[in-house]
Amino acid sequence: MSYKLTHLKELEAESIYIIREVAAQFEKPVLLFSGGKDSIVMTHLAHKAFYPAAIPFPLLHIDTGHNFPETIEYRDSLVQEIGATLLVGSVQEDIDKGISVEEKGYNASRNKLQTATLLNSLEKYKFDAALGGARRDEEKARAKERFFSHRDEFGQWDPKNQRPELWNIFNGKKNLGEHFRIFPLSNWTEMDVWQYILQENIPMPSLYYTHEREVIERDGNLLANLPFITLKPDEKPTVKRVRCRTIGDVTCTGLTLSEANSLEEIIDEIASSRVTERGGRSDDKRSEAAMEDRKKEGYF
Amino acid sequence: MSLDNITKDSIDSLTPPLSEGDGGRLTGYLNMELLRFSTAGSVDDGKSTLIGRLLYDSKSIFEDQLEAVKEASKRSGTEEVNLALLTDGLRAEREQGITIDVAYRYFATPKRKFIIADTPGHIQYTRNMVTGASTADLAIILIDARHGILEQTIRHSYIASLLQIPNVVVCINKMDLVNFSEQVYNDILEGYKKITNAVKLRNIRFVPISARDGDNVVDRSVNTPWYTGQTLLEILETTPVAHKINSDAARFPVQYVIRPYQDQYHDYRGYGGRLAGGTLSVGDPVIVLPSGVKSVVKSINDFDKELDFAYAPQSVTVHLNSQVDVSRGDMIVKDDAKQPQVGQSIALMVCWLNEKPLNLNNKYIIRHATSETKGIVKEVNFKVNINTLENNFADKTIHANDIAMVTIRTAKPLVFDSYSQNRITGSLVFIDENTFETVGAGMIVDELENVREGSGI
Repeated sequence: MSYKLTHLKELEAESIYIIREVAAQFEKPVLLFSGGKDSIVMTHLAHKAFYPAAIPFPLLHIDTGHNFPETIEYRDSLVQEIGATLLVGSVQEDIDKGISVEEKGYNASRNKLQTATLLNSLEKYKFDAALGGARRDEEKARAKERFFSHRDEFGQWDPKNQRPELWNIFNGKKNLGEHFRIFPLSNWTEMDVWQYILQENIPMPSLYYTHEREVIERDGNLLANLPFITLKPDEKPTVKRVRCRTIGDVTCTGLTLSEANSLEEIIDEIASSRVTERGGRSDDKRSEAAMEDRKKEGYF
Repeated sequence: MSLDNITKDSIDSLTPPLSEGDGGRLTGYLNMELLRFSTAGSVDDGKSTLIGRLLYDSKSIFEDQLEAVKEASKRSGTEEVNLALLTDGLRAEREQGITIDVAYRYFATPKRKFIIADTPGHIQYTRNMVTGASTADLAIILIDARHGILEQTIRHSYIASLLQIPNVVVCINKMDLVNFSEQVYNDILEGYKKITNAVKLRNIRFVPISARDGDNVVDRSVNTPWYTGQTLLEILETTPVAHKINSDAARFPVQYVIRPYQDQYHDYRGYGGRLAGGTLSVGDPVIVLPSGVKSVVKSINDFDKELDFAYAPQSVTVHLNSQVDVSRGDMIVKDDAKQPQVGQSIALMVCWLNEKPLNLNNKYIIRHATSETKGIVKEVNFKVNINTLENNFADKTIHANDIAMVTIRTAKPLVFDSYSQNRITGSLVFIDENTFETVGAGMIVDELENVREGSGI
């Protein structure tokens, strides 16, 4: 008899354990769903963790309004298929209400405004735990993140005062008004995520596969030429064969030149890649500690 | 090649080209195992360089990360690429040039995926070493060949022993600075015996390396013809990820009761949890603890798949034959000779994690496996001097980073094993009742086993 678990089965077992801990320890958890591959895998794991019961918490999409249309289509059909509840926190609504102020200029992004809408949504529904798909391999500030990450009553992260996490004991105790961010995929890498998608045969949004698209080149990144992008006078859209390596707000999601048309080809492409997946994220390039600063304020 | 002179081109030459479109590699990847290991060490012993070497050679550092580190190195005034900047993720760490917290790093070779818990080795960071070691299958202990065994070597070895890491690899680093002398290497091995006489370590291996130049890290070094053992990476790739599953007692802490509340699943009651030890098969007679009610395993599910048996560390859903009262915090065990202990008076080794000292007769929340209760520390038996390995029976104040043997009394009975038998059912944490911080980490001991040790080094 073989008692060996593959690394993907072991990572899956760990993530399911954490997702079940959240359901057991918190009164009102929520799963943050962006439409990207990590949150798709998270939803798949949550579905497995409670099967045949429905996922005992809703999905929350913080919608910047700057979406690829394919993301919304995919989101709605997934929710329908697994019988989950979907809530949407709208950045556009917060701008309309004057809660948030839009950035100006060519590089204007709603990425930062997501934080305010996220915190407002958590407060509105009184969620006490928000599950996210962030991974420690993504960014150096995230390498020190806990599975159960404590946030104070202002939603802020104090990286120097984190609770030690030992063995598989997770401490979700908190005072009124505080909440937790939970990262069940902490130990996964980008490669693990794709290999798992292949192993589990999870259908993915078409954006991850190669397609022809009008793009513009800005600061070394390729951006999709969609209505949310304001062209500079010297910028001329060209048609290229590209795919998304991450999916986020259109205005800061860099596209990759690619011919990858299947999961196997995507995996091969990542294996030979020389740049990290966040290398195309202009939101991370604002300063060396850009991610740490945004995380302290309450970003995903 | 020295890691100090890394350039984009040199990374390409360091990295063996991966064959693209290779279906065999893909299948191989889907069959890989996972090894978790910890590294402890201080700034000067080459720990960052060693981790950098493993990440580089496995192609886990990307151009944009390297560019960022180079830029940051330039800003801090050094021309050399400072690899510590790659692992020190927080602003305060970069500013102070120290590592504050455990950093987790990931790399994979065609044979295995690895998770490194990189922990700072200063004495005041014992809590981080303990945290990083708690999930490790293997510990790397670094010794600078020029300095030999130091106080910190004793400390790191003691923690590996206390946390019962199944495998220890002692790397004698900077061999290039002692002319790859076999004599120096053998002297250090001889000196290490006094440590192994004082603490229990399992499966110890020694490797002479130069992390900076790569000797015996990935490839066998031409500079150490007298060394015939495996390289460090070979050891990491072949050390069994030990679960001792056949001999371990079956332990299934119930985590979450799954009830669909739908007509088609009218009487459905599934117990979600992760096996903490051994195997559980359909048809096994079981006991639910602490109540002692007996039943039989009716079925085991992994999502929509029916399993004949499950083993640690799988997450599964278990169904029992009879309608018994089972809830979170209970433990399902096989009805065999290997029964856990059930009790309220428990002896344990504790590592204190919080600035606020341990308070005798103070109530703490005790979290153990999936159960939770209150507990009081009744007695501090002795404190361990982790630099000399002497037990101190006089000083009983327990501050942050202290390690001590204590006795606690819990409000409800716990279902437990000793830590040496099971790292999950044998461990617990202390949580402060007011701040809810995790303030202590405990490893349950059979009372006699620990007093025998501790006579110093």
